[in-house]
Amino acid sequence: MSSGTDGLDMNSLDMNSIGLGRDITADDVVDNLSFFDDWEERYGYIIDLGKQLPPFPAALKTEDRFIRGCQSQVWLELQHDAENGCLHMAVDSDALIVRGLAAIVLAALNHKTPQQIADYDMADYFSKIDLLKHLSPTRGNGVRAMVSRIQGEANARL
Amino acid sequence: MGPALAGARIDRGRARVNSLFDAETLRAEFPILGETAYGKPLVYLDNAATTQKPRAVIDALAAYYLHDNSNVHRGAHCLAERATAAFETARDDVAALLNASREEIIWTRGTTEAINLVAQSYGGSTLKPGDEVVISSLEHHANIVPWQQVCARTGATLRVIPLKAEHNGELDLATLDTLINERTRIVAVVHVSNALGIINPVQDIIARARTVGATVLVDGAQAVSHFPVDVQALDCDFYTFSAHKLFGPTGVGVLYGRRALLEAMPPYQTGGEMIEKVTFETSTWNQLPYKFEAGTPHIGGVVAFGAAVRWFRAQDRTAMAAHEADLLAYATQQARAFPGLKIIGDAPNKVAVLSFLLEGAHPNDVGTLLDQQGVAVRTGHHCTMPLMDALGIPGTVRAAFAPYNTRDDVDRLFAALEKVRRFL
Repeated sequence: MSSGTDGLDMNSLDMNSIGLGRDITADDVVDNLSFFDDWEERYGYIIDLGKQLPPFPAALKTEDRFIRGCQSQVWLELQHDAENGCLHMAVDSDALIVRGLAAIVLAALNHKTPQQIADYDMADYFSKIDLLKHLSPTRGNGVRAMVSRIQGEANARL
Repeated sequence: MGPALAGARIDRGRARVNSLFDAETLRAEFPILGETAYGKPLVYLDNAATTQKPRAVIDALAAYYLHDNSNVHRGAHCLAERATAAFETARDDVAALLNASREEIIWTRGTTEAINLVAQSYGGSTLKPGDEVVISSLEHHANIVPWQQVCARTGATLRVIPLKAEHNGELDLATLDTLINERTRIVAVVHVSNALGIINPVQDIIARARTVGATVLVDGAQAVSHFPVDVQALDCDFYTFSAHKLFGPTGVGVLYGRRALLEAMPPYQTGGEMIEKVTFETSTWNQLPYKFEAGTPHIGGVVAFGAAVRWFRAQDRTAMAAHEADLLAYATQQARAFPGLKIIGDAPNKVAVLSFLLEGAHPNDVGTLLDQQGVAVRTGHHCTMPLMDALGIPGTVRAAFAPYNTRDDVDRLFAALEKVRRFL
């Protein structure tokens, strides 16, 4: 587990420092996005959410963490907490909006148990915030593949 | 500049102003251009991916299914005759467009299938170990992978014309004399780069291929809508393009092939329509072009494409080309003045395509934020991953113009980009 790292280790991420899914929840995201009425505010918020995610050290951008999108690249780090059974996640992407969308996913799934993750209706969530097109299989931005991988990891631990 | 040249420039400018070509009138023929995106008027700049369709084409497609729908070449009834006549008239229209004979025009599903047909039928039946196939660094995956695969199957070697060292996207033609040599059997090159809009000097490449007796395929998917293509003047053996990038429907493509080669090539697919006589033991093949058209074709699409070609040939194409050149010059001028914008493929000889990157911004982010403002562009690697690798970039943002675009569209692109720049 990564708890207790001092943030200076170039080969690891402090997973507990990521507030998404704990300090910023899916309900917060839905509330905030419903408050905005123009695209600039919406995408400004999405991009700002992405800034909650720490950039991956180069050493962690490995093939097994890599999720290929057609247009952008995503890296996912996923750790299982032996004490409480929760999954802790970190995501990086070369595109700011994809990073923001990843943060939105983590607001719903991060620091949750495999059962909570398996039960979560991601399509309903993305539909509520009018971003369902970004989960579409035609979009190719890696967000859908990232969600599938998280769900797969959760299902494997049920 | 001498007085004669200066005069010529003034005349060109005047010709544009006095031209009968009017983009606004043309726009009115394209119903989809009245659409909105997120409540904003659509600025459609993804024309290299597919062009929009004029009403003449949409009406022809509907009219075919409303009045003439039938299978072709076989029914002994009125509708079958009408459908067959419309289907074959479209072939005549395409033959006239390319200056070819009708027997040399094969319908395919698109450029990709046309190239696969040549790679598998011609390449698969003629290539041997030690032979070489030459492509260029500017190719779309559709003109890379079929050759890569047929080379792997036959033991031939794939060689690639590199880019110039200055990386403006132009090919390094100084390599032609060594790359195209006595081992070269096939040269397959793109006429216009889909990712960058650069027009390749294919006549120089074809001339070199002729000196070693190599067969030449030209991928014209991005060329035919922008300037006249004459396959006799080009002296190529195969020429391919897609209907949907020439104001026609999706699902229809064209392979032009030199008759002697098509006669000698084995069929690509077998089944109905392409046979002359079938027994359980053996079959003989139908004459050209039907030998390469197994199964029921996309009849409605071909008929509508015929309407597209007739519509296109009826336009003042010189004025259309001048209008596109004006849009490119206007967009390029704004691009050069735009802070942090880098044009990718900044070469002199281009069709109306502006491929670029904004400093510090991922192309995908730029595309998403332009989309929010009603501006449709393509972002990413444009199915040219080896080219992006050679240029050392992950992809680009591509604005590709059509004759129905206007200077106002260019202004809206850059106004939207200004917002994106402040945003990212």
